[in-house]
Amino acid sequence: MSVEQLGIAILWLFLFGYLVVASIDFGAGFFSYYSHLTGQRGQIRTIIERYLNPVWEVTNVFLVFFFVGLVGFFPDTAYYYGTALLVPGSIAIILIAIRGSYYAFHSYGFRSKSLYMFLYGASGLLIPASLSTVLTISEGGFIAIDNGQVQFLFWELLTSPYAWAVVVLAIVSVLYISAMFLSYYASKAKDSSAFEQLRRYGLVWCLPTIFSSLFVFYAIRSHNPEHFSGMLSLWWMFALSFVCFAGATWLLWKRKHLGLSFVLVILQFGFAFFGYGASRLPYLLYPYLTITDHFTSKPMATALVIAFVLGFILLIPSLYLLMRLFLFDARYVEGQTLKNKSME
Amino acid sequence: MESLFNGYDPVAFSRLLTGTTLFFHIIFATIGVGVPLMIALAEFIGIKRNDSHYLLLARRWSRGFVITVAVGVVTGTAIGLQLSLLWPTFMRAAGQTIALPLFMETFAFFFEAIFLGIYLYTWDRFKNRWLHFFLLIPVVIGSSASALFITVVNAFMNAPVGVTLQNGKIVDVNPWAAMLSPAAPTKVAHVLSSAYLTCAFILAAIAAWSLLAGRRHVYYKKAFKLTMIAAAVFFAATALIGDFSGKYLAKYQPEKLAAMEWHFETTDKAPFVFGGILTENNEVKYALEIPYLLSILATDTPDGTVIGLNEFAQEDRPPLYIHYLFDVKMLLVGMLVVVLSLFLAFLVRRKNKGQMYESKWLLCGTIAAAPLAMLTIEHGWIFSEIGRQPWILRGLMRTSEGATASAHVDSMLIAFVLLYIVLAISSVAVLIRMFRSNRAEDEMIAKGIERGGC
Repeated sequence: MSVEQLGIAILWLFLFGYLVVASIDFGAGFFSYYSHLTGQRGQIRTIIERYLNPVWEVTNVFLVFFFVGLVGFFPDTAYYYGTALLVPGSIAIILIAIRGSYYAFHSYGFRSKSLYMFLYGASGLLIPASLSTVLTISEGGFIAIDNGQVQFLFWELLTSPYAWAVVVLAIVSVLYISAMFLSYYASKAKDSSAFEQLRRYGLVWCLPTIFSSLFVFYAIRSHNPEHFSGMLSLWWMFALSFVCFAGATWLLWKRKHLGLSFVLVILQFGFAFFGYGASRLPYLLYPYLTITDHFTSKPMATALVIAFVLGFILLIPSLYLLMRLFLFDARYVEGQTLKNKSME
Repeated sequence: MESLFNGYDPVAFSRLLTGTTLFFHIIFATIGVGVPLMIALAEFIGIKRNDSHYLLLARRWSRGFVITVAVGVVTGTAIGLQLSLLWPTFMRAAGQTIALPLFMETFAFFFEAIFLGIYLYTWDRFKNRWLHFFLLIPVVIGSSASALFITVVNAFMNAPVGVTLQNGKIVDVNPWAAMLSPAAPTKVAHVLSSAYLTCAFILAAIAAWSLLAGRRHVYYKKAFKLTMIAAAVFFAATALIGDFSGKYLAKYQPEKLAAMEWHFETTDKAPFVFGGILTENNEVKYALEIPYLLSILATDTPDGTVIGLNEFAQEDRPPLYIHYLFDVKMLLVGMLVVVLSLFLAFLVRRKNKGQMYESKWLLCGTIAAAPLAMLTIEHGWIFSEIGRQPWILRGLMRTSEGATASAHVDSMLIAFVLLYIVLAISSVAVLIRMFRSNRAEDEMIAKGIERGGC
């Protein structure tokens, strides 16, 4: 494996990590607001808050990590994407800012303000939509180089069926991943009413997820045939993804092995995400930018990989500790250590 | 700047937007760096002396801290992305040269975020109280390390080293050497100590506020004394490092020192200039001049040579109004000195120490000192950044070459200003309400520690 491939693989892994943790978070916001609207607030909100409170600051870091690493390994991405994405990027930043801070204001400051709940719930769907346009743009056709100036073809994006297919897939997947995780968490907490409700959400969103993935597949065929044929040659990854999907929903339907069910969900998206990523190589921005041109200088790439390894030696045990204390600790999950709730 | 009002200029708007985001972020970033150390101090004393007041102090501080962390995280994400969105050409160069500290900064941030989450939710989870205290150490290290790495990036922009230029292009990069630019040691030390100092003042001001409102509980007295002593210590460190920064400037960035002191001719026995105005022929009028002081500050000897602005081409000079920025900074620092001296005077007069907590002058001064200290930090940054103009990478890339050419920076500027206004108002409102609705006295009664320390 070349350093370029190693670099993009590391970054892709972080983007995938963000995809999973952020989906749980974004979907949770939406479900929380939805259950607030339909008057069942108490039921699933306790579960969601118990999970989210200690981990919400970690979510953002995955995203920051990805784009800092991307600019580090592939400095030209800053030039192309930076120029093109000023408006959609700024909108995403503003949404993330509102969401992150109002989450904290809501859970540590005042409780149950409808406006906060709304901002938090709505942004949970708008952020994945705005972030997914970056992946759309990377497929090419939305950026033109005019006299050496990067131009963003906003209108083309707005009228592209492919772009909308990706947006739909992003939103639907967020709700699906989130519901699958939260039903697992609720079952661990032995909170059966919350579990039943979240299970319903999981089952509702599983079919739209698979249909919208198929639709993205179909849309990419006409948008970027080169990428599509790359995906066909990696067909087995997408087939495995589907097998995992079938297994995960089957287990949820049967109310059995929910931990395994969520692992299968991760694998489902893992196979699809890495299959999608591998098939589009070597392009970072079709057709202008590949992972080999303008790769960062050799010493910088080595330094980044060293920093990455050292950082990981530090991070893995810390993340493990976090999960040990709040995800795999039965007493915490069941709410027993929350008597005085630590923050109260 | 006039282009701002005459027409659309992406460079001017990019500078304004970056400046606005940083201005807002620095408030929360400073709190993020300094407050964990203060929480650690209070918790350490609390466990060591088995004094529940200090433990409650740590707990209440950390509760408010979460709110500021949230805003710090989201504005930090904003500036991280804005660098690429507003300065794409610069980030292309930066990606080659200083991606390493940027990358390490996110690691430090990651480390801090993980342990902060654990710390906040494990107050009563361990039998051994030291275990909970130890969780705070990675938070303190992580927050200070991310300040360190991000300041290293800024230091490189001020004094690029570890790169080789060929025909105006960066060809050879030594990433580890680029991290250790000559500006890094003084900048990092100054940023850290001034952040600790400012947070000590902020927390002292909160205690002073309660004391001034007539709340006589020993809890507030302990809080006040602890934070003010910390402030005094950090102030001494910051002042010492500030002096080193001056010497650094004289050696590596003489045009900044010369512009801030309106020092045109290269001379020895250079005077320190305070205030005054500049005539069209660059003569200084009506200023307070202290003979030899600039030479002493720059070189430690009264007859040391200080390089003047005339040695630099017109287009490479920083704007001359930074002289006033520096004057204002010294004024702010002077006011902090007054407050701290008053406190130390009370502290050493052992006979009637209790008077300290009743002195209106001291308490009001402390309340004023918190915003003044934050202003000094903001001011120091503005001064430092404007003093680096016209360069974005000193000697390598001009600011105008780094900016985006996008047509929408002006509307984004408006959107972000609105965002920051909303965030500022809501975070202050949340913090005030959080502590008003749950006063320390009530919490002590609820926790049953009321009889403990009085």
